[in-house]
Amino acid sequence: MATSDKDMLVQFLLRMGDNSLILGHRVSEWCGHAPVLEEDIALANTALDLIGQTQFWLGYAAEVMDGDKTADDVAFLRDVWNFRNILLVELPNGDFGQTLMRQFLFDAYQSILLPRLSKSSDPRVAEIAEKASKECAYHVERSADTVVGLGDGTEESHARMQAALDRLWPYVGEMFASDDIDAAMAAAGIAPDPASLRSEYDALVGKVMAEATLTIPQSDFAHKGGRSGKTHTEHLGHLLTQMQWLQRAYPGASW
Amino acid sequence: MSKEWPLWEIFIRGQHGLSHRHVGSLHAPDAEMAIKNARDVYTRRNEGVSIWVVEANNISASSPSDKGPLYEPSESKIYRHPTFFDIPDEIGHM
Amino acid sequence: MYAQMVKSEATQDDPEKLAAFQQKIDANIKVEPRDWMPEGYRKTLIRQIGQHAHSEIVGQLPEGNWITRAPTLERKMILLAKVQDEAGHGLYLYAAAETLGVSRDELTEMLLDGRMKYSSIFNYPTLNWADIGAVGWLVDGAAIMNQVPLQRTSYGPYSRAMIRICKEESFHQRQGYDIMMKMAQGTEAQKQMAQDALNRLWYPSLMMFGPSDAASVHSEQSMGWKIKINSNDELRQKFVDQTVPQAKYLGLTVPDDNLTWNEDKGGWDYTDPDWTEFFDVLKGNGPCNTERLEARNKAWDDGAWVRDGLLAHAEKKRAAKTAAE
Repeated sequence: MATSDKDMLVQFLLRMGDNSLILGHRVSEWCGHAPVLEEDIALANTALDLIGQTQFWLGYAAEVMDGDKTADDVAFLRDVWNFRNILLVELPNGDFGQTLMRQFLFDAYQSILLPRLSKSSDPRVAEIAEKASKECAYHVERSADTVVGLGDGTEESHARMQAALDRLWPYVGEMFASDDIDAAMAAAGIAPDPASLRSEYDALVGKVMAEATLTIPQSDFAHKGGRSGKTHTEHLGHLLTQMQWLQRAYPGASW
Repeated sequence: MSKEWPLWEIFIRGQHGLSHRHVGSLHAPDAEMAIKNARDVYTRRNEGVSIWVVEANNISASSPSDKGPLYEPSESKIYRHPTFFDIPDEIGHM
Repeated sequence: MYAQMVKSEATQDDPEKLAAFQQKIDANIKVEPRDWMPEGYRKTLIRQIGQHAHSEIVGQLPEGNWITRAPTLERKMILLAKVQDEAGHGLYLYAAAETLGVSRDELTEMLLDGRMKYSSIFNYPTLNWADIGAVGWLVDGAAIMNQVPLQRTSYGPYSRAMIRICKEESFHQRQGYDIMMKMAQGTEAQKQMAQDALNRLWYPSLMMFGPSDAASVHSEQSMGWKIKINSNDELRQKFVDQTVPQAKYLGLTVPDDNLTWNEDKGGWDYTDPDWTEFFDVLKGNGPCNTERLEARNKAWDDGAWVRDGLLAHAEKKRAAKTAAE
């Protein structure tokens, strides 16, 4: 593999792994604080799946990078500017409605992307995606149901879910903003061009929001920069100060 | 105090062809959510392949086509099993 | 223990029925929800199972405190899975209590307004990563000691919940000890964390078993009914005897200068915990009582619109289905 191809692949793997790492971390913040025990347990399962996927994506990224790095090194020893997750997943949880809306908007994307990745020309990518895609099929079903239930629930739950959708919608566009790395992945048959997934995504999200009696905002403005690494929100740094604290404070220790 | 979600009794059929067995209860707003909650609460260790939920006289069952996404993910969570952790023999039973 | 100082309720039932009930218990026949049972038995069980369930739920908080700071991806997953199990165990226990004619919401309200208690141990803070190891090793170790015999308890739903819980919990203590081994064999700083955790959690762990038998007035009836199986001191001694060699293996020092092997009893002599501190914690004056109840109240209050919203949707769906039929 030529160096630039390798770099491209690493960037792609970081995008996958950082999304699941950061979202898994956010969802894990709910543990012990959810509205009802059954939801507490379900959210923990989602977080566990996401962090499990992270081990595979970042583990593969570490291998491709050479050296003797591990998934943990990649997760715990990079700073904000080296993270490649979309901005959506690093936003704070907000209320339960905002957390579940974010989860659905992400699950919907993954539920379209992962089955395609399971046919990737890169066998490792295909293998990881195959497993993740089964988990995601359940996640998207559950988060869609919850969004529908709360959107079409009481007046208050409806208002909160609409507010969550309004708040998060400007972060959806970033998932489909293709760049050189995506073009290289598509050309190599490793991953589809994200822009090509948009219509399927809009159909799925449109269907669920209609059922939830929620209105998708008109504006298609999109905050960007996380995937490309150009910028992040201020929230990511705070998340990392917690997540990476022990590894940073006690370098070289084994846990 | 707002109204409590109804209580559901959960029946799960395991891997080995035995019939559905009562495993416990949980709360859910309706049958669909009860099945999902049962998946999350009662199959964390890959315990089952089919779920029935019963509220009063109603019985609902999860559809067989959900088999993959519903249950396979928990196969990989080996750290939930005690044998995942190596404890020295000197320590004795734990 | 997870259920400490559970007061047995007096019973004023028909003596003949009572005698038959006691015979059944003595013959190890399980009592099931629809069977006749003395009112005192029912009320004591609600209090005990409820307190046990509350302990699982509040017990999520001190460990949950480290989920976002776990040092590796694997440790994060293990801890998350463990804290999630505790939510599950709370759920099983609430369900067992519900068979006695009390709702989960009623029990929750009683926890939140302080009418019901949870185990004193969860009012202590987790201050460094080794605390997560020590909680698994000591706190789960102590809990298991009580829960294993409770699998034989006389009330069927409680017994079944304990069987499931014990099966799931077997990994909890081991993961705790596994963390302690890593820390004890690690850097100087890690060793200090491990010793610090043991220093702070040793006596609170001993308190989990409740005051000494001499001061425990409620035990006899509960033991007769087989909803309490062993005495507090008996279990505490067993715990000390099991734990001291484990600490030694780690190279850690149990913070008790009076710890000596007693050949005659075949066990360790140890210093009792400070019972004044224990009663202070029960009264709400532990280091974290306020935070723990605040967190539970916040989760409950903030979640009200979610519970109501999902229920309203389910009712709409049901109405639409009925209309279509």
